[in-house]
Amino acid sequence: MSTSTETIEQLATREYKYGFVTDVETETIPKGLSEDVVRLISEKKGEPEWLLEWRLKAYRLWLTMKEPTWQNVKYEPINYQDIVYYSAPKKKKVLNSLDELDPEVKRTFDKLGIPIEEQKLLSGVAVDAVFDSVSVATTFRAKLAEQGIIFMSFSDAVHEHPDLVKQYLGSVVPYTDNFFAALNSAVFSDGSFVYIPKGVRCPMELSTYFRINAKDTGQFERTLIIAEPGSFVSYLEGCTAPMRDENQLHAAVVELVAHDDATIKYSTIQNWYPGDKDGKGGIYNFVTKRGLCQGRGSKITWTQVETGSAITWKYPSCILQGDNSIGEFYSVATTNNWQQADTGTKMIHVGKNTRSTIVSKGISAGHGQNTYRGQVRVGKNATNARNYSQCDSLLIGDKCGAHTFPYLEIRNTTAKVEHEASTSKIGEDQIFYCRQRGLTSEDAVNIIVSGFCREVFRELPMEFAVEAQKLLSVSLEGSVG
Amino acid sequence: MLEIKNLQVAVEGNLILKGVDLHVKPGEVHAIMGPNGSGKSTLARALSGHPQYEVTGGEARFEGRDLLDMDPDERAREGVFMAFQYPVEIAGVNNGYFLKAALNAKRKHFGQPELDAMEFMQLIREKAKVLQIDQSMLSRSVNEGFSGGEKKRNEIFQMALLEPKLAILDETDSGLDIDALRVVSDGVNGMRNPGRAFVVVTHYQRLLDYIVPDYVHVLSAGRIVKSGGKELAHELEKKGYGWLEAGTQPVGA
Repeated sequence: MSTSTETIEQLATREYKYGFVTDVETETIPKGLSEDVVRLISEKKGEPEWLLEWRLKAYRLWLTMKEPTWQNVKYEPINYQDIVYYSAPKKKKVLNSLDELDPEVKRTFDKLGIPIEEQKLLSGVAVDAVFDSVSVATTFRAKLAEQGIIFMSFSDAVHEHPDLVKQYLGSVVPYTDNFFAALNSAVFSDGSFVYIPKGVRCPMELSTYFRINAKDTGQFERTLIIAEPGSFVSYLEGCTAPMRDENQLHAAVVELVAHDDATIKYSTIQNWYPGDKDGKGGIYNFVTKRGLCQGRGSKITWTQVETGSAITWKYPSCILQGDNSIGEFYSVATTNNWQQADTGTKMIHVGKNTRSTIVSKGISAGHGQNTYRGQVRVGKNATNARNYSQCDSLLIGDKCGAHTFPYLEIRNTTAKVEHEASTSKIGEDQIFYCRQRGLTSEDAVNIIVSGFCREVFRELPMEFAVEAQKLLSVSLEGSVG
Repeated sequence: MLEIKNLQVAVEGNLILKGVDLHVKPGEVHAIMGPNGSGKSTLARALSGHPQYEVTGGEARFEGRDLLDMDPDERAREGVFMAFQYPVEIAGVNNGYFLKAALNAKRKHFGQPELDAMEFMQLIREKAKVLQIDQSMLSRSVNEGFSGGEKKRNEIFQMALLEPKLAILDETDSGLDIDALRVVSDGVNGMRNPGRAFVVVTHYQRLLDYIVPDYVHVLSAGRIVKSGGKELAHELEKKGYGWLEAGTQPVGA
């Protein structure tokens, strides 16, 4: 957030900045899901037989599964036959350089502030741009490859590094995991693949930018990050979508694997179209994210700022398998107008001396409903496990709601688990105090909210912390009368 | 600078101020005294635009403009400052950052360039020295975990930084020990100048030993019942408020 009111004034004049549609020639398959569709997607991507088999197994299992209903969100049943499972900008041949990218697609990312030409990039950030079902560009691939770092689209990785993909795909989130993970495994079309070799500290932020453009299309992408012993990587994903009256489904799977003493920082700034002020339209963001701290002393940090989506439903989790491994979860979730969020984390302590920290900040405004749901499980061999959880809710107005569901499952008497929770309202007195010092009421709300979120924002990479604060001020636009 | 005529203010439907007149010229210090419940703080809060204080009649002009027509933040940017009786805590918001935002909001209002972090830090260091403010207070959250004295000093510190034309002190002396009272008073006295006016709301005469007023007004049951020079405060100390309250006709300022 800026101290100048200029930003706020700019923001006040519009609702959702990223709601435009790009007119681009696409290759789109008909609506509906069947084994043939799964085969078609696999064929389009020229996949090896083993991957098609894996997809089909996932699909067949999915057919037998029931959509879960335990979450604290409400929506009309999804008709899975009414979704387009593959849509990609048409291209004539394999892209050799960015110059061959459809100018409309390139313009879209320019408009979103995501430069995909390397010379225009933020220094120190490499980007993989995913447009509907496919990755359209990945920057700095060559430069990163000099250090043995692999950063490319998932489809490319399937062809160029099949052994790595085969070894790790589904190793953290198997297709049997849940309804949406099974669906994703059957129809996923692209995503990002990251591999950091032993002892390498990735010299730049890696970032994937997801854009849904086509109508009636679902986005099902997978991200797989592998950090070899002693390596370090900081990764960030961002997402936006056009404004449409229909709901669109985004069901992603993210798998992280950290080996001995490796660190993965995974940050999300989620700004999918949230629907209009009457709750019409918006993205259903049903995502499975899980990290495996496989090695001793490994560390995975999830940081998420969730401002968009009609419904957000996800629990980025850590399996703390290696002794002395560390899992962290920092989250800001805002719900304004009719948005719903049911989000939190799972910290599964398996190894000895494992530690986890959960800091969750929920902000509800309008008719927004915000739920924190978190599980801390300490297994019987996880001697000296520690967990600290803090869940704070901030209410703006009197029509919104905040809910907290912490689950603790402790099977080892040496565990130390702390849980703190608070709920507060932005007080008229706080706003008046700020205004008496010359701040407008919008600035007052922003400053109070950013203070509330400070512990989370400071975990974000510098370049994106400012972005996140701005986003938050837009998302709460007009929430104070 | 400030002209108040027949001001009536209600809180939750109850009329608290029943017609107050007050004229404050630049450079003057006016003390508003009175027993509990007389409406002293209501006057301060209504002038600064607190939403719970509803003006039901009369007028207030600030430098010729209709003060009551301005939003609270506009009043602040125009130069009306209120030191709160109970300063509000804002968790997680760095005190220095908050001050910078406030100062720049005001600078922008007057078309001045906003101060960057370096310029601001320099300014803040100078001001902090004068008010014996510990630098560490700047990096703490706004008023969070501050002692009563620290909160009040922080208010005066903000005032020193924002350099208002009209400063309203709402029972700034309450909860202060004698040392803190001296520091706060020195801060206020250091800011007295021919262009700036103060309205000092206080229950006790004690504060006025340090901040010597030009005029003293006694509020009782929502009206100013007596006005005089600084000696009136001493008289009140001897006699209490009782002799002014019962059945006394309003005198007006």
